[in-house]
Amino acid sequence: MATTPLSVRPSTPSLLDERGDLVAELRTIGMVWERELIRFVRTRTRILSSFVQPILFLFVLGYGMTTLVGSTEGFTFKKFVFPGIVAMSVVMTAIFSAISIVWDREFGFLREMVVAPVSRSSLVIGKTLGGASIATVQGTIMLALAPLIGVHLTATLVGQVIGLELLMAVGLTSFGVFVASRIQRIEAFQVVMQLLLFPMLFLSGALFPLKGLPTWLAVLTRLNPVTYAVDPLRRVVFAVQAVPPAAAARFSTGISLFGTMLSLSAEIGIFCVFTAVFLALAIVGFGKPE
Amino acid sequence: MATPTTTLAAPLAAPATASGATLAVEASNLVKRYGDVEAVKGVSFDVGRGEIFALLGPNGAGKSTTIKMLCTLALPSGGTARVSGFDVRRQPKAVRRRIGLVFQEQTLDEQLTAEENLRFHAVLYRVPRDEVDARIDRVLRLVALEGRRKDLVSTFSGGMARRLEIARGMLHTPAVLFLDEPTVGLDPQTRALMWDDVTRLRKEEGVTILLTTHYMDEAEYADRIAIIDHGQIVALDSPDALKRKVGQDTVELTTADNALAVSRLAAAGYRCQEGEEAVVVFTTDGESQVARLIEIARVPVSNVHVHRPTLDDVFLHFTGRQIREDQGERMLSMAVRARAGRR
Ligand SMILES: Nc1ncnc2c1ncn2[C@@H]1O[C@H](COP(=O)(O)OP(=O)(O)O)[C@@H](O)[C@H]1O
Ligand SMILES: [Mg+2]
Repeated sequence: MATTPLSVRPSTPSLLDERGDLVAELRTIGMVWERELIRFVRTRTRILSSFVQPILFLFVLGYGMTTLVGSTEGFTFKKFVFPGIVAMSVVMTAIFSAISIVWDREFGFLREMVVAPVSRSSLVIGKTLGGASIATVQGTIMLALAPLIGVHLTATLVGQVIGLELLMAVGLTSFGVFVASRIQRIEAFQVVMQLLLFPMLFLSGALFPLKGLPTWLAVLTRLNPVTYAVDPLRRVVFAVQAVPPAAAARFSTGISLFGTMLSLSAEIGIFCVFTAVFLALAIVGFGKPE
Repeated sequence: MATPTTTLAAPLAAPATASGATLAVEASNLVKRYGDVEAVKGVSFDVGRGEIFALLGPNGAGKSTTIKMLCTLALPSGGTARVSGFDVRRQPKAVRRRIGLVFQEQTLDEQLTAEENLRFHAVLYRVPRDEVDARIDRVLRLVALEGRRKDLVSTFSGGMARRLEIARGMLHTPAVLFLDEPTVGLDPQTRALMWDDVTRLRKEEGVTILLTTHYMDEAEYADRIAIIDHGQIVALDSPDALKRKVGQDTVELTTADNALAVSRLAAAGYRCQEGEEAVVVFTTDGESQVARLIEIARVPVSNVHVHRPTLDDVFLHFTGRQIREDQGERMLSMAVRARAGRR
C-alpha cells in the first residue's frame, strides 16, 4: 500500500546528473584531505608530538652522535645528519598517518566512505594527500631548526626541500595506506609498522653515508625506497653549504647503482616509480565490497 | 501516483528512477551464501514508492544481509534486485546515489561536528554546492538536532547519534532510505522520537523507507511487514492483515449470568463459550462489537476486555517461536563495551 506523500520532494537535477564526474571526484579528494587535517588539528597530542619529536631527534641524533663521530675541517656530523633527520621525521609522520584508516575501520567511518558513489581512487588520493600534507608540515618544522646547528638556508633551498618532502610524504603515506588497508586491528598496525619503519629508516642513508658499506648493507640500502628520497634532500641542502673537500669525501652524497652514480633527477625518478606503485597498491587494496 | 503539490524543478537532467519504475525496491529470489552458511535463502518482495516496509525477524535471520545486497554492499549469490529501477548488480553506482543508508553499526566521525559529518557526506553524494547549507538545515530540523549543529559528535548520546545518521542518510534526497535496526539499544522515549522522525520523513520528503527490526511494537509503524526467519520470508502483509490471519479478536464479558449471556449470544449467531469467570466471544473487530454484545446478552456486565492478536502472536504463529526482546539490549551492552575498550 504505497501511500501518497503530501508533497513530492524537490528533486535535485545535478545530483542525478551522471556527468561532471571529474569535478565531483576532485571535490571528494579535497573533502577527504580536509577531514584528515581537521582531525590532526583537533588532536592535541599529535600537535604536541610534532613539536617535541624534532627537538628530540635533533638532540639525540645531532648533538649526541656528533660527540662520537666528530667533525672534519669544521664540518660537523650534525650538519651531515640534519637532512637525514628532516627525512626521518617526514617518513615517520607519513607512515603513521595511515593509522587513521585503521581507526576509521574500527569506528565504522570507513563504511560511510566506501559505500559512497565515488571512486576508491579519490578516497585513497584524498587520504594520502592529507597524511602527506601533515608529514610535510612536520618536516618543515624540523627544517626551521636548521640555523641552530649552522645549516644555512636560502629561499630556494626551502622551496626545494618542501617539494622533496611532499614527494617523500606522498610515497610513504601511500605505502602506509597500502599496509593499513590490509590490517584490521590498531595493535597489529603498530607492530607491523614498527617492523617495517625502523629498517626503512636505518637502511636509508639518513644516518650514514652510502659509500664504502659492506656489500650486504649496500644491497639493502639500494632496495629501500626511502634511500632515493633521502639522498636528493641531502644533495640540495649540501649544495648551498660550504663543504670542505675532506668533509665532502667523508660525508659523501650520491647513490651508486650497478657501478654508476645516479643523477639527482634519476634518484627522484626512481622514487616516483616507487610512489606510483605504492599508490596503485593502496587503491587496489582499499575497501573491497564483500 | 497522485501528486497534488508537485514542485519539480523542471526539466530534470535525469529521471529520479530508471524509466517506468513504479516500485522502489524489487527483490526477486535473492540468495546470499557465506561459505557453507546460506544467510538468505531466496527472498522476494516488492516495496512501493512512499511505503514504509519492515523486515521483522530475530537475530541472524538474514535481515542485514538482505539490506546489504539491496545497497550493493554484498553481491547476491543468486537472484536479482532492482532499487529505484536500477539493477544492484549491473548499476551499483546508480543505486548508491539514490539510496540513503543507516547501518546497524554507527558510522559517524566522532571527532567532527554534526555539520562537518553532513558536509563530508554532501560532497561524497554530490549535493550541489549552493544547496548544501539549505539541505543541512532541513535534515537537522527533520530530526530536531538543529541546536547541536556545531557540536562534536563525541558529545552526542546514542539516540542523537542515530538521529544524526538518519539526517545524513536523507541529506542527498534519496529515493529509498534503508534503516538497519534503527532503534536498537535506544531507550523507549528515544525510540518513539525516532519513529516520529521516520514518519515525518515519509510525509514531508516522500521517501520510501525499508527498515529492519526485531522489536514487534515497531513493526506496527510499517505499512507492510515481511517476517523473515532463517533466511526466508514466512509471511508478508500489512500488520492488521497479518493479525487477522492469525485469528479473530476475543471479547471477554464478565456478567451477572454468564450462562444466560452465552445462550443469547449463541442464538444471535456469535461463536462464544463460557469461560471460568467470563463469557468469551470470538469475533472480528471486537472493539466496535462491544456495545452490541452487551445489548444482546441483556444481563448486567461488570467487566469487558478486548484482546486483539499482537504481532507477537503473529510471529509465534508463523515461526513457532517468540522473538526475544532482550536481544537488542544485549547487543547494545556489547557495543558499549567495545567502545569503552577502545578509549
Ligand atoms: N560476512 C559474513 N560472513 C559469514 N557469515 C555471515 C556474514 N554476515 C552474516 N553472516 C551470517 O548470516 C546470517 C544472517 O546474518 P544477518 O543478515 O546479519 O542477520 P540479522 O541482520 O537478521 O541479524 C547469520 O547466521 C550470520 O552469522
Ligand atoms: Mg542485522
